[in-house]
Amino acid sequence: MGKQATRITVNGKSHARVVEARLTLADFLRHELGLTGTHLGCEHGVCGACTVLVDGHTARSCLMFAVQANGSEVTTVEGLAADGELSVLQQAFMDNHGLQCGFCTPGMLITLTELLRDNAEPSEAEVREALTGNLCRCTGYAGIVKAALDAAQRLRGGTPSQPSPASGGGR
Amino acid sequence: MGAKHFGARVKRLEDPALLSGRGRFVDDLKLPGLLHACFVRSPHAHAMVRDIDSGAATAMPGVHTVLTANDLPEPMRRMPIPMLTPNPAIATPRTQTALAGDEVCYVGQPIAVVIADSRYLAEDAAAAVVVDYDVLAAVGDCRVGIRDGAPRAHSDLASNVIARFPLAYGDVDAAFTNAAHVFEEVLWQHRGGGMALETRAVLASHDPVADTLTVWSGTQTPHLGRGTLADLLDRNLESIRMIAPDVGGGFGPKAIFYPEEAVIPATALKLGRPVKWIEDRREHFLSATQERDQYWDMAIAVDAGGKILGVRGRMLHDSGAFVPWGVIMPYIAAVTVPGPYVVPAYHLETVVVLTNKVPTTPVRGAGRPQAVFAMERLLDRVARELSLDRAEVRRRNFIQPEQMPYAVGLLFRDGKPLIYDSGDYPKGQDEALRLAGYEGFRERQRVALEQGRLIGIGIGNYVEGTGLGPFEGVTVRVLPSGKVAVATGATNQGQGTRTTLSQIVAEQVGCRIEDIVMTIGDTGAIAQGVGAFASRQAVNAGCSAQLAGEAVRKQIIALAARTLGVNEDDIDLEDGKAVATTGNKPMVPFGELARLAQGIPGVSLPAGQAAGLEHTAYYTPPQAAYCSGTHVAEVEVDHMTGGVKVLNYTVAHDSGRVINPLIVDGQVQGGVAHGIGNALLEWMQYDDNAQPLTTTFADYLLPMATDVPTCAIAHVETVNPLNPLGVKGAGEGGTIPAPAAIIAAIEDALSPFNVHFAETPLTPERIVAALRAAGAYERLFAA
Ligand code: FES
Ligand code: FES
Repeated sequence: MGKQATRITVNGKSHARVVEARLTLADFLRHELGLTGTHLGCEHGVCGACTVLVDGHTARSCLMFAVQANGSEVTTVEGLAADGELSVLQQAFMDNHGLQCGFCTPGMLITLTELLRDNAEPSEAEVREALTGNLCRCTGYAGIVKAALDAAQRLRGGTPSQPSPASGGGR
Repeated sequence: MGAKHFGARVKRLEDPALLSGRGRFVDDLKLPGLLHACFVRSPHAHAMVRDIDSGAATAMPGVHTVLTANDLPEPMRRMPIPMLTPNPAIATPRTQTALAGDEVCYVGQPIAVVIADSRYLAEDAAAAVVVDYDVLAAVGDCRVGIRDGAPRAHSDLASNVIARFPLAYGDVDAAFTNAAHVFEEVLWQHRGGGMALETRAVLASHDPVADTLTVWSGTQTPHLGRGTLADLLDRNLESIRMIAPDVGGGFGPKAIFYPEEAVIPATALKLGRPVKWIEDRREHFLSATQERDQYWDMAIAVDAGGKILGVRGRMLHDSGAFVPWGVIMPYIAAVTVPGPYVVPAYHLETVVVLTNKVPTTPVRGAGRPQAVFAMERLLDRVARELSLDRAEVRRRNFIQPEQMPYAVGLLFRDGKPLIYDSGDYPKGQDEALRLAGYEGFRERQRVALEQGRLIGIGIGNYVEGTGLGPFEGVTVRVLPSGKVAVATGATNQGQGTRTTLSQIVAEQVGCRIEDIVMTIGDTGAIAQGVGAFASRQAVNAGCSAQLAGEAVRKQIIALAARTLGVNEDDIDLEDGKAVATTGNKPMVPFGELARLAQGIPGVSLPAGQAAGLEHTAYYTPPQAAYCSGTHVAEVEVDHMTGGVKVLNYTVAHDSGRVINPLIVDGQVQGGVAHGIGNALLEWMQYDDNAQPLTTTFADYLLPMATDVPTCAIAHVETVNPLNPLGVKGAGEGGTIPAPAAIIAAIEDALSPFNVHFAETPLTPERIVAALRAAGAYERLFAA
């Protein structure tokens, strides 16, 4: 199987590897780099659990080969939280019960990170439309939509929709 | 006592790790020397396996071995996977072996396993394994399967009927003879799979020094899995540890023990290397259990006022090729029909039929959505025929709160009489109707119709047996560090089990919630366990947490009182400290007490003091806990395309006392989404030869964010008198009445065309076909 030298910058860090041409970007992230936050729910491009940002745009890492990302900048869920602090969106997910099993969550966060970057004041319908490429089997989407709208408001400098009494430690 | 946790919207302890990509799902775990597995599966629904040639595959680069049934250890080689839920009605309790022997009975049945350096290489080699089949006729439809001369799903069985059981009480014949009206409904009901977003996953590793086999599995039931694996490997139970780490959704199909959970540990033992198998989505469609098809022929007898006199009928259940969970699911369906109504006489004949499809086992709701659909369709029919309001017909038939506890007259699947412990069904429905604006709906509908929009409303009521035994356990132990260790056999696939149990323990023990260190789903942490299914964990594990917490609280108070020299009554527990409320209020932290409770080597403990601050409770519920609710769906139907949009969705539900409303609302909302999928989208299709046709998410549709509205939810709490927390289950109620309410709403929206629906899922094609058959388009285009 042909191998190719590949250099990909992931979450700001450059990684050079010689990989098989058929290695997917998802498997590269998960197994070569150990960034297991990116999940695989279908490996055929529908569920969106594997969504990452490639050069700033959402992409399904199950449908891309690692070698196609050669020279690109990739952002995964591990790159969203600066210094171990949850991002505004991540915090909004926690406050609004935007996740249950957490398997779809990385893809949801990446998709919504792109949306909120491009649209500071999305409507509920726009949030839902943006999420049609991401399946969640657990939540029924209500908490995710609420979290997105809440995060948008916080990012615009508004107050959160509900005060967040601190709770929740590590594991 | 510290912060009030029980009943509060406590944010989940699970979230920070999951939100930052630090979850630990099976495929995230890496062990040195790890090998990867790929299964060779039957492409035929029914065939004899003549020969398996794995020579070419074994010779491929990176391949370590290819194993078939004969290469498995005894007794796994031949022994069918034990069925944990026996029922005397099952004529031939047939379960599959880990790898198929001479005969394969469904597409996707595992025949061989390839172990290689990577999944990529294992897949390459699996494609090179040559299997010689003699293809046999397959049973693709249970209605065909019961006919004389039909092909047989297993070549050695005389009949495809694997179980037949009547459930009955009262004088049904008299009820029907004396009825003012009798109405009949013929229903097809299909439910797809659980479709958890994380597929199944198994990782096994054997430590030869300790002779311990550790298995990580994306399962709902690690303790049950360990027991089954011990039987199949003929190993001592204590030498196997099964762990369910983070699991990406369960919904039922992950509650059973699968062949892959036997084969992967066996290969790890054989090769002396850790082995991992991660199911791909196509495999999940082929080989993870589903619920699929039931055919109901039902009749209802009512008096002139619409009061129910009796219900009778027959239900045909497609069980697939094996019965790994016995007949639990059709059984639950059969006993759920009477629901919240006074049904004086009932008779249902259930026939369970083998087909050449993947086995069926419970999926969120476990047969109840079908039962509720059958009953609610009958009541809608009564309302229509007698020109009564649909809510009014239900009101006339509700069991009244003063009739509680109410004995239905049947035995539930736990073997106990079906006795509703508590509930206020009329109040639940009133609450839902009020929240849904049911009163004003006809006016909304009229206005919409003037604008050319067809909207409709539908109601679904249910009663659900939850919180099934036998037990669940919780250990609470105060550590010398001051932290509180909690271990449980309960598991977590997204239900927030860690948070819920922490709330209960923190409140009982008087520690901070963040000082709890919990081990979940690990057979190494607690001796006995059962796991997640039947919305049972809040009841079983919740009550155990309460009991264990209470016991430890008493131990702490006794020791603190002695240590501080005050009366036990004068001790408060707060934030991990025992504080005297008298004198100058001395205090002692839990950590110090934990050290004291260890005693001094060689010195007897004071009389009455137990070793350590620790207690394990195994709560055993006396019977199921019956939760209930009413759903109201409001939909808009596009009569040209058959497209359905759920506009508003309202839920009033009673799951007893609510431990965490944030989590319970999430369970309800998620359950409704699943119900919307069942009502409108999810359809696992097979052709006549039992070849699966829908094996991607592009063919089998799950609800998307645009399909599921945010529900309006009301909690109508009636306290369960039978357990110390007063709780009932909450995991499945969101799904159960959803198809009934939605299909009723569609029918109501299309009432100008007088069409009738008796099926789920109701797809756009079927709606258009019904409209066409009713002459709707001629009328529209003529107008
Ligand atoms: S895993 Fe990539 S879209 Fe599902
Ligand atoms: S939280 Fe489980 S799939 Fe979305």
